[in-house]
Amino acid sequence: MSLEYYLILSALLFTIGVIGVLIRRNAIIIFMCIELMLNAANLAFVAISRSLGQVEGQLFVFFVMAVAAAEVAIGLAIIVSVFKHRETINVDEVNSLKG
Amino acid sequence: MSNSLIIILLISPLVGFLINGLFGKWLKGNEKLSGTIGALAVLVSLICSIIAFVNVQGSEKPFNEVLYSWIAGESFTFNIGFHVDALTTVMLLVITGVGFLIHVYSIGYMHGDAGYTRYFAYLNLFVFAMLILVLGNNYLMMFVGWEGVGLCSYLLIGFWYEKQSATDAGKKAFIVNRIGDFGFLLGMFTLFAVFNSLDFSTIFSGAEAKSDEIVFGVNGIMLATLLLFVGAVGKSAQLPLYVWLPDAMEGPTPVSALIHAATMVTAGVYMIARSAVLYNIAETGVVVAWIGVLTALFAAIIALKQNDIKRILAYSTVSQLGYMFVGVGVGAYASGIFHLVTHAFFKGLMFLTAGSVMHAMANELDIRKMGGLRNKLPITHATFLVGALAIAGAPFLSGFWSKDEILHSAWGVTWGSGKAIYIIGLITAFLTAFYMFRLIFVTFYGKSRVEPEVASHLHESPAVMWIPLAILAIPSALIGLLLGVGGHNSWFHHFTEKVAGFKGGHGEALGSPIPFMVISSVIGIAGITFAWTRYKNRVPSAEPTNALQKLVANKFYIDELYNTFIVQPIKNASHFLLWKLFDTGIIDGIVNGVAALIRVIGGTLRRLQTGLVQVYIVSMVLGIVLFLAYYLFFA
Repeated sequence: MSLEYYLILSALLFTIGVIGVLIRRNAIIIFMCIELMLNAANLAFVAISRSLGQVEGQLFVFFVMAVAAAEVAIGLAIIVSVFKHRETINVDEVNSLKG
Repeated sequence: MSNSLIIILLISPLVGFLINGLFGKWLKGNEKLSGTIGALAVLVSLICSIIAFVNVQGSEKPFNEVLYSWIAGESFTFNIGFHVDALTTVMLLVITGVGFLIHVYSIGYMHGDAGYTRYFAYLNLFVFAMLILVLGNNYLMMFVGWEGVGLCSYLLIGFWYEKQSATDAGKKAFIVNRIGDFGFLLGMFTLFAVFNSLDFSTIFSGAEAKSDEIVFGVNGIMLATLLLFVGAVGKSAQLPLYVWLPDAMEGPTPVSALIHAATMVTAGVYMIARSAVLYNIAETGVVVAWIGVLTALFAAIIALKQNDIKRILAYSTVSQLGYMFVGVGVGAYASGIFHLVTHAFFKGLMFLTAGSVMHAMANELDIRKMGGLRNKLPITHATFLVGALAIAGAPFLSGFWSKDEILHSAWGVTWGSGKAIYIIGLITAFLTAFYMFRLIFVTFYGKSRVEPEVASHLHESPAVMWIPLAILAIPSALIGLLLGVGGHNSWFHHFTEKVAGFKGGHGEALGSPIPFMVISSVIGIAGITFAWTRYKNRVPSAEPTNALQKLVANKFYIDELYNTFIVQPIKNASHFLLWKLFDTGIIDGIVNGVAALIRVIGGTLRRLQTGLVQVYIVSMVLGIVLFLAYYLFFA
């Protein structure tokens, strides 16, 4: 399969992720969309790496995964904490830094 | 003579100032100690001055040594250095001699004052500054001392700062002096432009060669002497800047005696005598002499109708300073300085006796409320009489010799108007004798008009006060006989003849001095007699009877004139132009305008900061898309 298909799929996934982040109000959904964007980037990395025959791209994917895992842990913790505090995870209602 | 002698002489009052100034809090409970330290500091200087005085006789050249260089540039150097010649030692003896006696007197006079240690600190600082003024070997050092004494004068006039009138008088003295000091500063600049140096030795030896140097389009030396004279006019209270001196009487009386009679106000005379070489070349003495004689007359007229004992003495000081300027103006520098010396003694004496009267009278100053004091205050009366006779020119007392020399020199001056100056000087001498004895007769003779409450504890001053009076009375009476006999061949003239420029003056006494002495004596005695006929049993009337008297009693309304035409316009200009328009309008306008602009911009931009994360993300995404579009399609 040629590289283009992978990249088109990656772009589609990324766009879905961006739109999801922009239009959804539920923090968890937004969070999932961010993951989607990360994985779209991962897909592009892997595809280009294979096409060029170089291993560095795949290496980066592991880094991204590791960072994403850490991010999930912190992000979910924040969301839980916000919910405890505000009893909502609607981001429109969480618009001030003041407690 | 050595540097160390001069340094001890100079530093001693500074040490006294530091002790009383820094440790005043601990000395406060011990007035005797504080006053003794102050007086001792000056006594050390007095002893050094006497040694210097003895050493300077017979030495051909002035002692001139540089201690170190203060400001060094590529083409110029200003040094800290000392210049000691006959003129310097005369000034040193006057400053430390009269100064010491006044310090001793102050121990008694200031007894019980809350600011006792502060007083002695200031007084010592003053002596230090005055010593710098006369010891410096360049104009810059002289200027440092000049400003230093101005500062101390301000501090001591406003010594009782809780009194509004005292602080006002202090400010007035300071501001009026500023005008003069500005002239002095410009004079120094001019001298520097001509000579590229401010050292006395350089300037005096090079003056002849540079006598045609043009600075700012006029003769440099002439300009410099006139500008320096502006400084002298301010410091020595001459027309038109004399107004601060009568007000300066708000300070403690010993301060009036030391600063505003004996020493500081004579700094201008000293400066001109020091610059004698320049004044000889520039021939600007005529201006000096005319300002001097007009001031002498003007102040003497005002003194006729004053009723405040210290103010009469203040106007008398202004008037006598005028005589000194006549002396140095006509080129009789030695005579001018001689009058400075005699005046320091008898005027210092009279101020101290006035202080003694005030001490006895619970600070009463109005002579109409005195009368008949000679029985209660015999020593005060006797010493005051000596001083008054000396200033009035009674034969063979000190003022007689010095004043007569000046008038004699004015008569013989080579330029035209000397005779007119002589006549005016003679009229002033008559007025001087008259107002001084008016003061005496009204204060010490006639019936007592003292209020009964004050009269009950009328007393002669303590010994610490009357002994300095008695000591001062001796030179007031005799110093003229000791130093001045022989007119222009007197000991004093021989002593000072080696001072730079003293020999080159235009005032050569012509003929025998004896006719002049006779005329002066007759004039002086006439003044005293006239005062006797008018004030033997009479009190000065409370209300002036005619317009002329009213004019004189109100000091020709000079203060009011200055207030209307100078002070108020400047105040108004400051208030409306500088404060309201420039400061609040322009300066504050710019500052506040910038702040308002920032606030408007901030207020507009603030709306972007919604707190909604998704709005931020939209702007971020849009930004990225725009960048990408730009790079893909346009770059």
